[in-house]
Formats: sequence, C-alpha cells, structure tokens
Amino acid sequence: MSLLEIQNLSLSIGTYEILHRVSLSVAPGEILGVIGESGSGKSMTAFATMQLLPEGARCEGRIALDGQEMLELPEAQLCALRGSAVGMVFQEPMTALNPLQTIGDQVAETIRIHQKTSRRQALLLAQEALERVELPADRFPLSRYPHELSGGQRQRVVIAMAIALRPKLLIADEPTTALDVTTQAQILALLTRLVREDGMGLLMISHDLAVVADMADRIAIMQNGRVVEEGPARTLFHTMQHPYSKALLAASAHAPVMTPQEEGAPLLEVRDVHRRYPMARKTLFGPRQEFHAVKGVSLTLKAGESLGLVGESGCGKSTLTRAILGLEQVQGGEIRLGGQPVFTGDKPNPAVRRRMQVVFQDPYGSFNPRHRVGRLVTEPFHLSENPPTGAAREAAIAEALEAVGLKASDKSKYIHEFSGGQRQRIAIARALITKPELILLDEAVSALDVQVRAQILDLLADLSGRFGLSYLFISHDLSVVRSITDRVLVMQAGEIVEEGPTEQVLERPTHPYTKKLVAAAPRLPEGVL
Amino acid sequence: MTGTMQMVLRSRSLVLGAALSLVFFGAAVVSFLWVPYDVTLMGIANKIKPPSAAHWLGTDQFGRDILSMIMVGARTSIAVAVLAVGIGMGFGVPLGLWAAARRGSLLDELIMRGNDLVFAFPALLIAVMITAILGPSATNAIIAIGVFNIPVFARLSRSGALSLWQRDFILAARVAGKGSARISWEHILPNILNLLIVQGTIQFSLGILAEAGLSYVGLGAQPPVPSWGRMLAESQTFITFAPHMALFPGFAILLTVLGLNLMGDGLRDLLDPKLRRGRE
Amino acid sequence: MLRFLLTRLTSLVLSLVVASAVIFAVIEVLPGDPAAVMLGVNAQEDTLAALREELGLTEAPVMRYFHWVTGLLQGDFGVSYSYRIPVAEMISDRLQVSLPLALFALVLTVVIAIPVGIWAASRRGSAVDLGVMGVTQLGVAVPNFWFAMLMVLVFAVNLRWFSAGGFAGWDEGILPALKSLTLPAIALALPQASILARVMRSALLDTLGEDFVRTARAKGLTRRQALWRHAFRNALIPVLTIIGLQFSFLLAGGIIIENVFYLPGLGRLIFQAISARDLVVVESVVMLLVFAVIVVNFLVEVAYALIDPRLRSAR
Repeated sequence: MSLLEIQNLSLSIGTYEILHRVSLSVAPGEILGVIGESGSGKSMTAFATMQLLPEGARCEGRIALDGQEMLELPEAQLCALRGSAVGMVFQEPMTALNPLQTIGDQVAETIRIHQKTSRRQALLLAQEALERVELPADRFPLSRYPHELSGGQRQRVVIAMAIALRPKLLIADEPTTALDVTTQAQILALLTRLVREDGMGLLMISHDLAVVADMADRIAIMQNGRVVEEGPARTLFHTMQHPYSKALLAASAHAPVMTPQEEGAPLLEVRDVHRRYPMARKTLFGPRQEFHAVKGVSLTLKAGESLGLVGESGCGKSTLTRAILGLEQVQGGEIRLGGQPVFTGDKPNPAVRRRMQVVFQDPYGSFNPRHRVGRLVTEPFHLSENPPTGAAREAAIAEALEAVGLKASDKSKYIHEFSGGQRQRIAIARALITKPELILLDEAVSALDVQVRAQILDLLADLSGRFGLSYLFISHDLSVVRSITDRVLVMQAGEIVEEGPTEQVLERPTHPYTKKLVAAAPRLPEGVL
Repeated sequence: MTGTMQMVLRSRSLVLGAALSLVFFGAAVVSFLWVPYDVTLMGIANKIKPPSAAHWLGTDQFGRDILSMIMVGARTSIAVAVLAVGIGMGFGVPLGLWAAARRGSLLDELIMRGNDLVFAFPALLIAVMITAILGPSATNAIIAIGVFNIPVFARLSRSGALSLWQRDFILAARVAGKGSARISWEHILPNILNLLIVQGTIQFSLGILAEAGLSYVGLGAQPPVPSWGRMLAESQTFITFAPHMALFPGFAILLTVLGLNLMGDGLRDLLDPKLRRGRE
Repeated sequence: MLRFLLTRLTSLVLSLVVASAVIFAVIEVLPGDPAAVMLGVNAQEDTLAALREELGLTEAPVMRYFHWVTGLLQGDFGVSYSYRIPVAEMISDRLQVSLPLALFALVLTVVIAIPVGIWAASRRGSAVDLGVMGVTQLGVAVPNFWFAMLMVLVFAVNLRWFSAGGFAGWDEGILPALKSLTLPAIALALPQASILARVMRSALLDTLGEDFVRTARAKGLTRRQALWRHAFRNALIPVLTIIGLQFSFLLAGGIIIENVFYLPGLGRLIFQAISARDLVVVESVVMLLVFAVIVVNFLVEVAYALIDPRLRSAR
C-alpha cells in the first residue's frame, strides 16, 4: 500500500489552473523524484500535499497520506499531521529559520507542538535530531542562532525540524538548489541515509535531472501542471516516450559544438594578483582584520580560447572577475589585456576596457527596467571616444540584436516584455556592441531552465566562431564548463589549485579539492543518450 | 495606457484622495482670482455669525467670512508644505544618493549620523529656536519643517539606492565605465522616483499638519496672512458659543491631510510592483 | 553585548556633544549679540553692557560653551533673565507636568495600537481590517490640537466630565492629577496610536509572508501559533523604531497641547520665554528635550539588541 497517494489532483487559483489531474504515489522507504522546469507546478504539488496553499487556491481530486484524506480533514487535524506524519524541507535555507530563535528551540518546537513534553525533554530530543543530521552538540550547541551557521548547516537544521518526530513522509522542495555543489552532495547523501534508516518516504522535487537520477527510486516528469512521464529511475531514461521528457533529457546532456579556432597570442594576462578587503573590527580598538579574497592568482587566456574558471561561492572568483573588468583595484600584481594594463596608475583604462565585456547571471536584474532595449544595449558605447550616432548607431543596435537571434525592432521595447532566455540574449547583444575580443560570462547560464540554457550555450558557441571571440567562463557548474571550455582553472580559497585542458581536469583530477568537486557534481547515468 | 488608467480608477483610495486634494488645491488657486468676501475687510456688525446663506461657513470675531479665510489659508498651508518638501527633497535626495554611492565610507557615516542628529530635533523645536532668535514668521515654519524633512528623504533615497547598487545593471553600467555620479543620476534616481513621490505626498500632508500646529502656537504665518492654524487659535476663546469658528478650519486641515494620505497610499499600491503583483 | 553597549554609549555621548554644540551655536553665536536680541532694538548701550557682563558674553564662545556644558552636567542651567530664578528650578516644576503627560500618552499609544494592529493583520481583508484602516486613516489626519479643542467642547463644556484646562497638581493625590492629564494625553495619543497601529499591521503582514513562518506552519503550528511565536517578535523591530520616534513627537507635541489645556508644562514655559526673549530658558528647555529624544533613541537601540541576536553579536 502506498504511503502517499495523489489521484487526479487539480488545483486552481482564481481561473488559473496550476495543476491538472496529477497522479503520484510514494511507498514507504521510497524516493520519488519530481522533475520540472519553473512553472511546471512541481512545488505547488508539494504544498498541496501539506495543504499549505496560498489563499484562494482550490483543490480537486484526492490526496491520501497514510490512509488520511488530506482534502477532507479540518485544519486542526491537518496541523496535527504536519510536522509529525509529514515533514517538509524548503529551497532557501537562509530565510527558512526564524532569525530570533536558537536552533535548539526551533527544533524542539516541532516536538513540543505535537507531544506533551517538558522543555528540557524536548531539547534533549532536539539534540538527538540535530545529531542525526550531523550537527553534533559539541560543535553546534543548541544555543546557536541561525545567523551563526552556513547555508548548508541551516539546511541541516531545517531537515532536523522536519524529521525530529520521524515522520512517515518527507517532502523536499529543491533542497539543494541554493547550495554549493559539495554541500549539495552532502545534503543529498544525508537525505538518502535518513530515508534508508527510517523507512521514510521521500518526495524529492528538483529542476535538475542529474540530482534526482542519482538518488531516486522512481521519477516523475512534470510540464505545465501535468505529469507527462513516470517510471523507475533505473530504466526511465531509456524508455521515456513523451517528447517533452526527451527534450529535457537532451537539453540536460547538451554539448554545444564549438568551432575550433586557431589559438593566438596571449590576450588576457593576470600576474600574481592580490585582492584584500578590510573587515569590520573584531574589538573596539583592535587593528582592522583583512580578508584576503584573491591570493596571488596568475592566468593566461589566449586569443580564440574558451577558458573556464570553476569554484564554489566565496572562493574569490567573483572578486577576480571584478578585478579583471577594472571595477576594483588590486593590491598586488598586474592585469593586462592584449599587452596593455587594465589600470593605468590607479585609473581604469577605457581603451582596454572597451575590448572586453561581461554577461551576468541574473537575467532579471541585469537591466534598468526604465530604459528601452536600444538604450540598454548601447550602454557600453560610453567607453568609446567617439561613439556612433544616428544611422550608424541604429545599425550597430540592429546588428547586435540580430546576431543574438532577436529582431532589430525589439530595440524600442522595454525589458519586462522579454522572457529570461531572451533577456540573456539581450545581455549578450549588449556585450557584443563594442565588438570586444573577450567576453566574461559570469554564471551567465546558471539561472536558466535547462532547455533555454542549451539554446544560449549554442548561441555562445556560434558567436565565438563568427566573431572570433574569446570567453572566460566563470561558473560553479561543472557540466556547463565541461561543455563549452577548452581549458579550465579550479579556484579554492583565493588560489588556483589546478589547471589544464577541461577534459583532462574533469576526468582525471589530481588536486584533492578538484577530486572532491568532480565527485560531488551530480551526473546523469552513463549512456542515457 | 488605458490599462494604466483603469488601474488608477480601480484604486478607490487614489481617486478619493486625489479628489479631496484637488478641492483644496482648487480653492487655493481660485482664491487668487476670486473669494466670496475680501478677507482684509472687517465688519464688527457682522461678527461671529453662524453659517447662513450670505456666509456659508459663518463669520469670525472680526466679521470676516470664514469660507474666504479658509480659501486664502489654503494658499499658506500649501505654500509652506510645498517649500518644506522641496527643501527636504532638494537636500535630502542628493545626500542620500551620495552616501549610498560611497557606502561604508567615512562620508556615508557622517551623512547618516548627521541625519540621526537632525531627527533628535523635532520640527517644533527647530521652529522654537529660530523664532527665539529671529522672531516668528512663515519663513521659520518653512525652514523648520524643511530641515526636518531632509533626513527623511536622505534615509529613504539611501536605502533605496543601496539595494539598487547591488543589482547587476549597475555593475553593467560600471563595466561601461560610468562614474558613480552619472550612475546615480541615470540609473538610481529614476528607479527610486516612485518611492520619492509616495514619501513626498506623505511629507506634504505632514507639512500641512505641522504648519497648522506652528501657526496655532504663533510660530507660523503672522497676521494679517490668514492661516488655518491661527484661525483655530483665535476660535478657541469663542468655542463654547461659536463652535463653527473652530469646526470649519479644522475640517479643512483634516480633509486635506486625509486626501493627501489616501493619495499617497493609492500611489504606493499603484507604483509598487511587489504589491501590485500580490493583488493580481 | 558589552561591546554593543559600549559602541552605542560612545555614539550617545557624541550625539549629545554635537547636539549641545548646535543648540549653543544657533542661540548664542549665530545671532551675533544675544544681549541685543534679549533687550530688543531700543536698548541702551550701558544696559546692554551690563547684560553682557551678567551672561558672561565677554568670554570667547568656546569658553562659554565649555562653562555652559559643565554647568549642565552639574544640574546648573543658569539663571532666567526675566524671572531672576535658577532655570533648573523652573524646569523641574514644569517637568512634573510635561514628562507624565508624554509618558501617559506613550502608554496609551502603545496599549491601543499594538493589539489593534495585530487584530487587523490577523483578519486581513475582513470588515475589522477595513474598519481599523479607515479609522486610523482619519486618526492620522486629525490635527491633535483641534481634536483637543473638540474634546474640551464635548467632555468639559457640555458633559462636564473633565475640567476645561489647568492642572490639579500632584499634592492633591495622583488621581486628580491624572484626571487633568487625561484629555491632553488622549489628544496626543490619537494620531500616534493611529500611525503605530498601521505600522504594526503592515510589519506583521510582512513577517507573516516570510519563509520561516511557512516553516513553522510545516511543523504543525496553527496560523495563530505561527503569528504569536514567530511573526510577532520579528515584526516588533520596525514597531520599536516608530515608538522611539513617536516619543520625540509626543514630547514636542506636548508643547502645543499644553497650550490648549493651559497646562503649566515646558510648552507654556518655552512660549513665555520666547515672548520675554529669555534665551537662557529657551536654550535650556530645547537642550533638555533633545537630551530626552537622544536617550530614548539609545534605549530603543538597546531594545533592538535584546530582541535581535544578530545585533548582539555583530559590531
């Protein structure tokens, strides 16, 4: 008998239908992975199961949890089930905890709300739960506050709250999306261990096929509020029928075709660069501490090359990126582009800056919402001594927009009229307009759904051949770097720890950190394509 | 465009607020061209008359027409409040933008501490100090309320600008070689304009209240310039037998302030995309 | 926490120093010759000289400031020019009216606004919520001194429940004194309570939308439990900021309201001093009020730190 049985669940808010006849089931001790892109309704399925829906949402169909009809229970009984029979873990660990309460109290609350125990007793049980999620009390006392923990540790606290009463079902909604890849691997291993130990059912929701493929027993693929494909994880990739699932799989494993270019002279040279930040004083009159974000990094990028820079958050790759772009002064070393320093004296050098451009991660935050596309893409002209005007300017806009697959007439639209993928195209058009030699891609495809990501990667591959561009591809995502770079640098704690041809570094890593990183990266099973 | 218009009309508080504010703005404008009776004209024979067909809102202790006084008084209130908001915005917004552009620096710290310090002097105390030195006048009221408005706008524009400085489009502008002054003008200011308009409406209404208070205690506009606050002060002696003298100027203040506040709320709902999305 | 207190105390002292310097500069240095301001344009040169001597104006401004501040620290506010008695004595008499009035109004504000704000937020969109929003919208717009006049008309003149003005004094017992402060306190509190109730409501609605409230609901807390145990304390932070600001408005607003009710408080004193051009008194009263505002803001910061562990450990 199933632990969770969802039958023909339809959900709508107002006249807008979010779920359409969704059927899913989870058996005790089973992990069901639910995959979908943003807007597929996968998270709403989770919240419907908890019956924690936004106001005005109406459900039809059946949700049976351990024999209880969730859609028919009164609120009081739902409260009794939540936290005891079913626990939930959320996407954003940084905001999921109450900042004003200790972690001990927050975990103990799960216990005290459902059982009549003393505060002391509950805290003892909370300590036990925290130990099960590998937060031992000697290193992480119950009196810690959330702000004293890292993202991964906070997610462990959220998991401890969810499993404190050993619920029969655990729902995890993108539990690792906000985390680094090594932390992600640890959290996924923890969730798998808890399921196996307790015989708990796990409904695991993710946008990432590879994450789910690793751990799920069965997989369901959702699109536009419908389940389009479902089956055992082991065979699903070979037996899938629905065109959407096939497209999703193809996009997840997509490798763009790069036109090999003749490698030329060194274009970007970074020599022994140091960047230090002053930190807040620890004591009232003590000396200021310094944070050494980049510790003597050297790298060379040859003309026509596509170079990857990989590392986890806080490794210094963003700082290095800003230094290369001439946005921040360095405290030591030198950065040259085509033999010329990015900084002349302490002023950034516009003649050099013009030759490199950048594309950022967030397609929604990269544009001033009050300007039209034509004005947005011509912003880099500010670096030119005599920017084109009149017809020449219009021609440049049209050329840039058409190069990225948009229409010249799009120049008079505002940015909110475009989808995420289209905005990233506009960001690329903005980078192209000064005809640079080098484009820095700072997590440029990380925020995109897999299918859009594949299209943007293809576009980048195409543009590099057409315009003879070099790329510095900064990313935390090994699979993206693998698909589009020739050579890769691995950065950890402000230093480059390993470098070499991409294939070699990712297949046969030598530095222990690279090994850890490669091992932690979720991968689709071999031979699915 | 029709979509925007529909949204404006759907916001009941915006429509009601705008209508109320318009009445008093209209009264102030009309008073330049025409008032029922000359407010400088006194007629002891006509003193303290309750509302009648000739004097819709009655007359005061000097026989002046209260409706005319309220219309001319609207000018004083609006002028003081407009100038005070102008002072607040004119100094506060550049200071806030400057502090945000140099966030974490000594300059930022100085500007913000300076703001905190001004907050320790309520407008009334500033007015008291100025009056003690220079004697009472409407200018004092304008300076006092205006000075107190500076930190309000400085804080608002700094916090709005700080969150914008984190956004990638500002980084893109810096990559394009733009300096912080240019970025503040081109990218930050247009994006905090909504905040400023809403706060401006609120400070405007607070300015009208503050002006009334200052005039009431004699620190604002001086006779013979009519003002709502002083009309109330003068009515106090007669309140037991001529309550109309106190009621109508009070209602004028109440309704103007109410209208401006409703308009501010309505504008905020309309201009804040976060709230708008929540409603759809 | 100790480090937090130390840094806050340092900035408290700094604020007081700067604020006193500003007041001193505006009143004693900017006008050029304070003696001329006090005596008016028609003063004789020898009376002016005598007054300058009396006020110590012959000294350099820096020394005068220094003497003034050291005097303040010892409770010596100088001697009133117009009444010829120590200002400290006058102020302490008046403070027995003004301070209780501000505190009374503050208590009323908080006691009314917090429950009403929570009530409205917990029934968002209901008739209760709409009613509260409507009434508070009116409350914010009412000029408090006009509201005070209307209350006098209704409760003192017509119903005769209260006297129309004046202060019974504390010698007659607490109740008569409180009774004579009741109408003024209500008049002061009405707009502030309206503002605070709206702030409480919107802060609570904001925190109710936070992720951690959803987490709490997933643990099995009811809506009400999640509100009280998680949302409420987080919502208090913006509410405290406003309460701190309101205290200064209540103190200053008291100056006006005291005029409506003929209360012998600091407000009356300051206007008598202005019309008598008694700069010594004006300066002292302004300094005292600014001192109160700065200290209250310090207390609010300490209260923040008590609520929010992030502030205790940072800085």
